[in-house]
Amino acid sequence: MSEAGGATAAKINLAEEFAQSGVGPVLKQLDDELIGLAPVKRRIREVAALLLVARVRSKFGLASQPPTLHMSFTGNPGTGKTTVATRMAEILHRLGYIRRGHLVSVTRDDLVGQYIGHTAPKTKEVLKKAMGGVLFIDEAYYLYRQENERDYGQESIEILLQVMENNRDDLVVILAGYADKMDRFFRSNPGFRSRVAHHIDFPDYTDDDLLAIAGKMLGSLNTKLSDGAKQALAEYITLRRAQPLFANARSIRNALDRARLRQANRLFSAQDPELTLDALTTIEAEDIRQSRVFQQRENGA
Amino acid sequence: MRITQGCFSFLPDLTDDQILTQVQYCLDNGWAVNLEFTDDPHPRNTFWEMWGLPMFDVHDAKGVLMELNACRKVYGDRYIRLSAFDSSHGWESVRISFIDNRPKNEEGFRLERTEAQSRVQRYATRAYATDRPEGKRYT
Repeated sequence: MSEAGGATAAKINLAEEFAQSGVGPVLKQLDDELIGLAPVKRRIREVAALLLVARVRSKFGLASQPPTLHMSFTGNPGTGKTTVATRMAEILHRLGYIRRGHLVSVTRDDLVGQYIGHTAPKTKEVLKKAMGGVLFIDEAYYLYRQENERDYGQESIEILLQVMENNRDDLVVILAGYADKMDRFFRSNPGFRSRVAHHIDFPDYTDDDLLAIAGKMLGSLNTKLSDGAKQALAEYITLRRAQPLFANARSIRNALDRARLRQANRLFSAQDPELTLDALTTIEAEDIRQSRVFQQRENGA
Repeated sequence: MRITQGCFSFLPDLTDDQILTQVQYCLDNGWAVNLEFTDDPHPRNTFWEMWGLPMFDVHDAKGVLMELNACRKVYGDRYIRLSAFDSSHGWESVRISFIDNRPKNEEGFRLERTEAQSRVQRYATRAYATDRPEGKRYT
């Protein structure tokens, strides 16, 4: 971002502007706390740069219509879509694009009613709550049920579209869901496709990413893995990925939760009178190797 | 005759921007904003009809304005007021209330004199609008 200001006489320091906006720490936090997700981070930087430049432009009195920032996050389960949406709200708030910076997270249940005439007030209620912030619609493709043309979801979609268009500077709508289903959703609702400016795809994590994520998760719980456990977890990730219903970081979190359970059980049944702090905070290889995932491999072999 | 009740009623009508600012002040204080409407302008008429439920979980004034505009669309020919309720201990009452919408013609009140026993004079004010049935008063 080394662009100079637009006016000839006045110069503006973009770096200074950037520092003033306070968005730097948020972006840095995003970099530090979220592992992998390179394309996502790049896109967020681009959006941040765009908003910053737009702000500088408006300082010079140049016409700059606020850009449309409705987004769609697609990716497999557990790739951090919700986490990034929360950060997005904060970033957009720092950049002054939205006024409050809160995130309202909803699914089909919260938008679509159960009987005729129930949907519109329900959807409007949610939109009202989201004003000035970010509305995050998880699994947005459920809003549209192709097989049932009388489904109330359509009504909700129409209201959403209207508000997305008319209240562009009041709220940002983020749609999230699995890539293939979202594709189908956008194809059957061209209105949505054209109103959503940013389509961000969340890639799957690599095995190394997942291992690093596991380390981060445990770090926040004051727990660590022994060297053997690290090795076991790496093997676990490879095996687990091959199994059905693999949900990236979420699967890892569940695996760690179960490992902690086994660790607690192991410590409890050992009844060691001199339990060290180290033993209390370390997950051993056996805690992980007891997992069903390993047993299945043995059975299969 | 211009009805003056609630805050700001001696000022020119608030613009939407001014309403937004007021509402945001209420929301920032954690008060629940509520919309009410009526076509009986008598000051003793305290029972206005509610437009939806009080807005407990709205964070931004724009959400309230959305409702206000929806209410104006349906009841634009009546009085609409906005009140904010403070539920905190010790207050537990309405902290602010102001009119956001008025009928085009405010006809005002008639003074009615009645003779009571021993030729005592009793006075009453009655809005011209209430001569007509509800719903047809300001059309």
